[in-house]
Amino acid sequence: MKTDIILCGVGGQGILSIATIIGEAAMNENLFIKQAEVHGMSQRGGDVQSNLRISSEPIHSDLIAKGGADVIISMEPMEALRYLPFLKKEGWVITSSTPFKNIVNYPDMEVIKSDLQQLPNLIMLDIEQMAKDNGIARSANVILLGAAQKALGIEYEKLQEAIRRVFGRKGETVVEANIKALALGKDAQK
Amino acid sequence: MKRQLLLGDEAIALGAIHAGLSGVYAYPGTPSTEITEFIQNNPLARERGLHSRWSTNEKTAMEEALGMSFMGKRALVCMKHVGMNVCADPFVNSGMTGVNGGVVVLAADDPSMHSSQDEQDSRFYGKFAMIPTFEPSSQQEAYDMMAKAFDYSEQQKLPVLMRVTTRMAHSRAVVNVSEEPRKENELNYEAEAKNWVLLPANARRRNDYVTAQQAQLEDEAEKSPYNIYKDGTDHSLGIVASGIAYNYVMENFPEGCPYPVLKVSQYPLPKRLVRQMLTECERVLIVEEGQPFIEDMVRGVAEMPNVLGRLDGTLPRTGELNPDVVRKALGMPLGECFDPCKDVAPRPPALCQGCGHRDVYAALNEVLREYENPRVFGDIGCYTLGFLPPFRAIHSCVDMGASITMAKGAADAGQWPAVAVIGDSTFTHSGMTGLLDAINENADITVIISDNLTTGMTGGQDSAGTNKFEAICRGLGLSDEHLKVVVPLPKNMPEITQIIREELSYHGTSVIIPRRECMQTLQRHLKQNKAK
Repeated sequence: MKTDIILCGVGGQGILSIATIIGEAAMNENLFIKQAEVHGMSQRGGDVQSNLRISSEPIHSDLIAKGGADVIISMEPMEALRYLPFLKKEGWVITSSTPFKNIVNYPDMEVIKSDLQQLPNLIMLDIEQMAKDNGIARSANVILLGAAQKALGIEYEKLQEAIRRVFGRKGETVVEANIKALALGKDAQK
Repeated sequence: MKRQLLLGDEAIALGAIHAGLSGVYAYPGTPSTEITEFIQNNPLARERGLHSRWSTNEKTAMEEALGMSFMGKRALVCMKHVGMNVCADPFVNSGMTGVNGGVVVLAADDPSMHSSQDEQDSRFYGKFAMIPTFEPSSQQEAYDMMAKAFDYSEQQKLPVLMRVTTRMAHSRAVVNVSEEPRKENELNYEAEAKNWVLLPANARRRNDYVTAQQAQLEDEAEKSPYNIYKDGTDHSLGIVASGIAYNYVMENFPEGCPYPVLKVSQYPLPKRLVRQMLTECERVLIVEEGQPFIEDMVRGVAEMPNVLGRLDGTLPRTGELNPDVVRKALGMPLGECFDPCKDVAPRPPALCQGCGHRDVYAALNEVLREYENPRVFGDIGCYTLGFLPPFRAIHSCVDMGASITMAKGAADAGQWPAVAVIGDSTFTHSGMTGLLDAINENADITVIISDNLTTGMTGGQDSAGTNKFEAICRGLGLSDEHLKVVVPLPKNMPEITQIIREELSYHGTSVIIPRRECMQTLQRHLKQNKAK
């Protein structure tokens, strides 16, 4: 198996915690992993992305080629569009629908939505509202992970186990909130 | 062997600990910061009591490491590429003294300048200082090479420069790590004064010795297991690929590369292997991350139409490589992909909401509006973002500490008002000496040391001067009358603007210290306290 993933959002939105869970699940399956992250200046409210590659064969490049990503997981709708040239024509975009407006020239949300809806494989979720409604406000990003499960090609149970290992130290409440978030995302898959 | 998912920086750090390191010396700088942070938090490093506190700058770091080496122990020095400029004096001269305990100098280059002011390639420093240079191509190699680099340093009695780039430093991969770490070296007294006292008579002898040693270093590079010549079936092209550039080449040949490939990860350049490729292949493509270091050597001054690379436009002349630009250079068709979305707006980084630097710039801008031609000399840190809207507050940012000295030079030229804005960590890194120049001449400048009690831009590392800034300024000879401390908050705006006005109108050197904790570290501290 081989899955190339772009995780993106705005600095501070916590895309790396999704990467940690996927990485943990992949490690446990003895897969090869490469995960290029953005550290430094961009983390201050700028656009951030991480190239995450998992494969049963050795991986050479830390970066994904254009047209190579199987899935884009985005914490922010406009940020999902930023990386479109890297997406396979039949790739998936899994994104939060909530804009993060820290720039004055943020485009009209209707335009962004319509651009997204033209894509063949899109899941757009109001993860913040979903998380709030279910009392798991701090686990909103894991809803996206659940919604990406099929596109990632990782078994649901493996992601559950990875969450237990990653959040185990933080106690059962945190683990359960994230398991619930994962389930909410899974149910939202098409 | 144990499998661990590690950042390149973490693989380097763990490799060093497992190689019997006794101390890491570093100043934070993207993309090198995580190496020292990893060592600070590593259980074995703590158990062994390895030195891992931040140094004041890269020069002090390099010299401290040399001192540790002098006593026979292994030391690692880490910095971003521009840090090499700061430690160039001890670095180049460490090539003359040589080492006792192994020394590895890790320079993390930042092609495409993700978080830097230039794209300089540290391999030039290795060549210039006649110091052998390693350039790992994967996280695993980075881990493995650390042990080799320390052994090699002690075997050759020279420091080793290890050069990585952003994508290696900040990319994770599965690394097989040893479960039997080497012990630290014992203290010894083998360092000889005749090598370490670089008086001209000694230095001339050492210079002859190290210069003569270069042939042997090149010979070692020819035999190095990290420099691999893999023959191919198609000799119409040969590829020389160094460091992580090798990965971008191989990414484009999932079934294996038909052309001969020379992977270079140890310098001096193994010239014989390069000549072999030039003889056996019709054309040679040179793929390297950073500046055309190998390519320039291969071309020399000869016309070489059969050599392809960054200098003839086959690859972009500047900027970071990726699988696509390498694919294009290989003459292979690019895959089908979506066009860039025209509705996406740029999202540049910005100062955090609630950040004290914001209040400093708001106050400074308000006051400077009253002057005809004010000039504000900026420095390196989060507050460089004060150049961007909405503040547009600074006119320069060159290198660590240049705000104060450039303001002084401008004042010397007749500029008034001349203001310097510098952060607390940058001030102790390279601003103090410049302030002494200003105070000694009572230069007509106003220096703002915007103190957020941390090294903010790199993620909140300890800042060397915390709680000492007033004492430092007084010690440098500044009078109390023109040393002011304020708390940068919107509610204090009248007081801050008043103080700035007063100090601008004083025709001599004054220092204003706005002091309030960084929002990032504040949130971290609040979380930690809550957890307690």
